[in-house]
Amino acid sequence: MATLNVLILVCLGYVVLLFGVAFAADRLAAAGRGKWLRSPLIYTLSLSIYCTAWTFYGAVGNAARSGLEFVTIYLGPTLVMVGWWWGLRKLVRVGRSQRVTSIADLISSRYGKSNTLAICVTTLAVVGGTPYIALQLQSITLSFSIFAEADPTGLYREGSSVFWVAAGLAVFAILFGTRNLDANERHHGVVTAIALESVVKLFALLAVGIFVVWGIAGGLEPMMARIDASEIGQWNVDASRWTTFTFLSAAAFICLPRMFQVMVVENDDESHLRTAAWAFPLYLLLMSLFVVPIAVIGLDLMPQGANPDLFVLTVPLSQGNDWLAMLSFIGGFSSATSMVIVTAMALSTMVSNHVVMPIWLSTQEGPTSVSGDVRTIVLMARRVSIAAIMALGYFYFRLSGGGAALASIGLVAFAGISQILPALVGGLFWRGATRTGALVGLSIGFWLWIYTLLLPGMGGGIIPISVIEYGPFGWGWLRPQALFGIEGIDPMVHSVMWSLSLNTIGFCVASLLSFPSPLERLQGAQFVNVFDHSAAPQGWTGSVAQSEDLMIMTQRILGAGPAQEFFQAEAERQNGRAGRLPEPTPGFLQRLERELGGSVGAATAHAMIGQIVGGASVSVEDLLAVADESAQMLEYSSQLEAKSAELSRTARQLREANTKLTQVSKQKDAFLSQVSHELRTPMTSIRAFSEIMRDTDGLSAAEQTRYAAIIHDEALRLTRLLDDLLDLSVLESGQVSLNMGDDSLRSVLDRAISGALAGGDGTLHVRRILSNERIQLHTDLDRLGQVFINLISNAKKYCDAADPALTISSHDVGGQVVIDFVDNGSGIPDEAQSVVFEKFARVGSDKAGGAGLGLAICREIMQRLGGDITYLPGQGGAAFRVSLPLAYRQAAQ
Amino acid sequence: MTAPDQDGQRRPSLFLERQSYRRRRLTDAARLLPFLGAALLALPLLWPDDSGGTGAVPLSAAIYYIFACWAVLIVISVVFGFAARRLAAREKDEAEADTWQP
Repeated sequence: MATLNVLILVCLGYVVLLFGVAFAADRLAAAGRGKWLRSPLIYTLSLSIYCTAWTFYGAVGNAARSGLEFVTIYLGPTLVMVGWWWGLRKLVRVGRSQRVTSIADLISSRYGKSNTLAICVTTLAVVGGTPYIALQLQSITLSFSIFAEADPTGLYREGSSVFWVAAGLAVFAILFGTRNLDANERHHGVVTAIALESVVKLFALLAVGIFVVWGIAGGLEPMMARIDASEIGQWNVDASRWTTFTFLSAAAFICLPRMFQVMVVENDDESHLRTAAWAFPLYLLLMSLFVVPIAVIGLDLMPQGANPDLFVLTVPLSQGNDWLAMLSFIGGFSSATSMVIVTAMALSTMVSNHVVMPIWLSTQEGPTSVSGDVRTIVLMARRVSIAAIMALGYFYFRLSGGGAALASIGLVAFAGISQILPALVGGLFWRGATRTGALVGLSIGFWLWIYTLLLPGMGGGIIPISVIEYGPFGWGWLRPQALFGIEGIDPMVHSVMWSLSLNTIGFCVASLLSFPSPLERLQGAQFVNVFDHSAAPQGWTGSVAQSEDLMIMTQRILGAGPAQEFFQAEAERQNGRAGRLPEPTPGFLQRLERELGGSVGAATAHAMIGQIVGGASVSVEDLLAVADESAQMLEYSSQLEAKSAELSRTARQLREANTKLTQVSKQKDAFLSQVSHELRTPMTSIRAFSEIMRDTDGLSAAEQTRYAAIIHDEALRLTRLLDDLLDLSVLESGQVSLNMGDDSLRSVLDRAISGALAGGDGTLHVRRILSNERIQLHTDLDRLGQVFINLISNAKKYCDAADPALTISSHDVGGQVVIDFVDNGSGIPDEAQSVVFEKFARVGSDKAGGAGLGLAICREIMQRLGGDITYLPGQGGAAFRVSLPLAYRQAAQ
Repeated sequence: MTAPDQDGQRRPSLFLERQSYRRRRLTDAARLLPFLGAALLALPLLWPDDSGGTGAVPLSAAIYYIFACWAVLIVISVVFGFAARRLAAREKDEAEADTWQP
């Protein structure tokens, strides 16, 4: 008979063996040997921490109570693994590319490195994980008690044994789990030990199963007959529980912190998934293969009231097969220890990275480089966290009193941790998922889970019976196990359905309504499209970061050796040779952040580097501000450019004005000389003829008359010239007053033609289109007439055709009256066209004796009247266009 | 064959080679597998249970059915895993061969 002492010895021996294996594996890995440590087989076996003591012992108990329902717990993970191409592949890739340390870290990274979110997930994981750890304690103590009953010495006391088991597991977890700081680094030792344990528990369960089927029942056929004849021998499964549990186990398989740890964090090579996709389902199949036979035989052989949860132990014991019972005990012990170790590692990483470190960082003043040793603090935080988590589990066990209340706690924990699923799946596949959405969904799911499942299930009067039956304050629709008045659902199914559906709805709606921060959007793109780009998301500007400070900080976190190695490698990458400190380039800072993130989590690493790099993290907001600033500078410089362009334009205008002034000055000189010339010619003849008349006696009356007429003509010419000049100067100075009047264009032209053609020699034939001239004008009619007269008399004077003719045509062009005067002469030479409107500009010889002021006056008049006069080149002869705004006419009507 | 683009980058062509086509269909099959599994494992819910009194399915039959489904899923996964590995290896060889391009 195996005594308790032997049992304890075996346990201790087993633990020592585990230590040995872990130690040897670590040594092998450090030496670079032991390739098999990174094989897909080890990876697959490490996944089997999914099978805890709860499944080792509890599956048989569950089968004894409700038949095949237990198998759902294995079917969910099977479907997930078989469908690895959908989600696991992406999850593992994201976890590796972002150097994620835990599921809380993953969620926080995805949603913009939000620590709030990380704390939420951590809380959820701890609250959900504590009962689960209590469950492991219970299974170990129960199995101890089985042996204690048979132990003649009777020294066993349950209370103290739980304590010692909890303490032992805590020490175990601390020694195993916190040996190196970088949670992202592969724990080859732990993983190998877990793989060994999974072999042990599979072997134990298979051994018991084979013993039961072939040793007790006598073969497969009799076994099946006994199964059908037993009290659970008929297919009787509740459909809602079947589907819910399958889904729940699938969700928990992804979300459980310990599963995430072995599946994503400890993953060495993505291609291992390909093997695990079939190997792990196979493991699960083997684990559940003999569950129903053991349960049926247990129900047959064991007395009424025996705990079916312990059939795996009690059936071999009752048959006197002590060694098999011992093996079975070791299998259960393995299941419990591996689960507790990995859970404690995962949870402590989460607690220290997302709760302790942020608090510690916020209490530090000044940059991290001058404060205490981060390395010891992180390790200390992890160790304390493990101890605290184990203590929580222990107290939970003592408070709940063990017993039946713990039986379903595994599923309760599954339901709690599954609340992460919407945020996780949404984060991986939906770029629109936001931090707010994740927070809202998680909170809704968390509180609903607590209210509808955790608290009612704990018993012990935490929720009064009246509340469960009639709802809080008598509100029936808020009954924890019948929300919204829908009764009759299994409490487990009820809780999972409401919490997860409302969680998902809250997550989606809040995501749709909120707007993500830039960092979140970058991270979202990185996660969702991880196969397209695995580049770094966030930017540091390293110009102000001090390499030395960074080095000191990194040493404190990674340890002196690895930190120096990392910096040397970086220096080599930058300069081609090691030796000096590397420049803090953005790329380097990013790599450093990831490296540190492996030890202390993404959010903390981000904050720590932020403290050194210029005292604050260069968030995307800052970058946006910088971009904003540069945009402003760009705008300013473009303003400057515009101003300089304006300046050069002004300068050009000034130059033009200067040229014009020079020209005008020249013109003025020319004008003065012209004027004096024009004045002198008539003056000369006046003086000459008046001297003749004064000095010559005996002039005949006819001669006197002729001379006087000449003097008179010249005086008239002089007067006309002076009149013109006066007119021009009045017009130019703008002091002219216009006598506005109304008349038709036709009558104005009539008067002008008759005035211009009267007297003088030569004939000019004028062609007009009278119908076009029925345009009513409101303008200074005399001035307009003056312009027309000038043009007509010019044509009469200068047209050199044999049979001179002038065509006057009028049009109404776009709100303007346009009157063209085109003669059939040779026109004005090209070079003279530009100056024809200048004062004293005369074309060719001054045979007609004009002063050259006429067209200048015409232009001035037309400009005063709001119109213009231009020369039309290329019309055959000389062609002038007079334009006049029609607004005058319209104003008159 | 995919023709080199103007700026030297290869544009994915409309028609895949037989190899790549096979590989993609294989991926599709892998994606469909969990749905097949879920459907197979949900099927027993349609079986009569002993509430009707008669005709309940014996547990041994249920065990045979469920474990058979399970085994089929595993076997398909194994086949897919090896096929994917072989195709991936061949693709890698081709990618190396493809680097030689005028």
